[in-house]
Amino acid sequence: MSEIQYRVAKNVKDACAAMAAAKGKGYILAGGTDLLVQMKSGTREPGVIVDVKKIPEMVSIVEKNGAFTVGAATPAAVIGEHKKLKKTWPGVVEAINLIGSTQVQGRASAGGNLCNASPAADSVPAMVAAGVVANIAGPKGKRSVPVEKFCAGPGKTNLKTGEILVSLTFPKRGKDASDAYLRLIPRTEMDIAVVGCGVSLTMKGDTVKDARVSLGAVAPTVLLVDKAAKALIGSKLEDKALDAAAQACSDACTPIDDKRGTIRYRTKIAGVLLKRAALIARDRINGIEHRGHR
Amino acid sequence: MAKIHVTTTINGSATEYLCDPNQTLLDVLRDNLGLTGSKEGCGSGDCGACSVTINGRLVCSCLVLAPEAEGQKINTIEGMAQGEKLHPLQKKFVEMAALQCGICTPGFLIASKALLEKNPSPTETEVRYWLAGNLCRCTGYDKIISAVMEVAAEMRGAPNA
Repeated sequence: MSEIQYRVAKNVKDACAAMAAAKGKGYILAGGTDLLVQMKSGTREPGVIVDVKKIPEMVSIVEKNGAFTVGAATPAAVIGEHKKLKKTWPGVVEAINLIGSTQVQGRASAGGNLCNASPAADSVPAMVAAGVVANIAGPKGKRSVPVEKFCAGPGKTNLKTGEILVSLTFPKRGKDASDAYLRLIPRTEMDIAVVGCGVSLTMKGDTVKDARVSLGAVAPTVLLVDKAAKALIGSKLEDKALDAAAQACSDACTPIDDKRGTIRYRTKIAGVLLKRAALIARDRINGIEHRGHR
Repeated sequence: MAKIHVTTTINGSATEYLCDPNQTLLDVLRDNLGLTGSKEGCGSGDCGACSVTINGRLVCSCLVLAPEAEGQKINTIEGMAQGEKLHPLQKKFVEMAALQCGICTPGFLIASKALLEKNPSPTETEVRYWLAGNLCRCTGYDKIISAVMEVAAEMRGAPNA
């Protein structure tokens, strides 16, 4: 193994400078639950490891005017313990808390889940449905992109050399809104999604005023499915609207065949999960609690 | 490779060590410090045999880089008993034969202790989900879960009928 350096970044600028200087051999260390496994298996060979957990804005949750900004390296367990964030975005927080075991939750972060760029990442479809924005810093300053535009393909992000993901901003939302994330796995715990589906709804009475729908593990990147959202908007979530939205989800799928699921299975399940997730999101708006996966 | 000097606290004692930048905390605990209670099962965060707490938070020490321990408070299985006095969980695991080969036991004990500190009255389902990241390949899980439930009841001062 070649010489590896470990650096603790003091602030965002310092982290970006270290990443730029590493010329593509730099890796951000947040929770390390992907990076260390990849280093051991040889799939990633860092020249410089940049630990960002000493940067306060990267490990904290801040609420401002109803919007939450979550540091990219904030551990999942800490996110799950934030009562107000969980109440406002129950689907996203549940999705983040589905990643790995209790031990993994103590370290893994939503930012890391996004930067690992797996199409099957659990938190990503939920964040896409929620309209979360990724805040990026780099040598040329700051920029923000919607989470659905962050990844370029399996294992690849659109970050340029020297750029890092600093935080994730959850938009402000009213009381008549909620979200849900469902995934299908062959077991009850500790597995990777065969299909994941996120739904975020805003209701006016019993009519859907606004909706966002996302799918994971059915394409090279997580998808925002506008057609499914359109099928829900204006409806009262009656069967006809749910069927149309489910069909739009299945139509959007371009999955792979693998040991976890066939193309046909994933395509069908995408629609099934959409229907269930939409109804959970509605129930949550109506004050009905859902344990979701547990 | 240039070594990194780390100052940390392990089981309440100030500790220093030199490590490689890419060495894991588990490797330093076992190989540099002789704290061999934490085990390496999978080395990829799946089995929980290397469980420790960092500032009270349960983690897999195989997925922590040794330099990350700088300034932190680490607790390992070696710090669980007070001298000869076993922790109630350790006692109960022995009493109820919640172990066979013992490789997974330190991880289960550390994880169970972290659970009871956070949630003194867990349901059986909560115990099972909390411990889903700890794998046992011989005794099986029922005795372990029962032992944790009994200790929880005893620590609450309500003996399990």
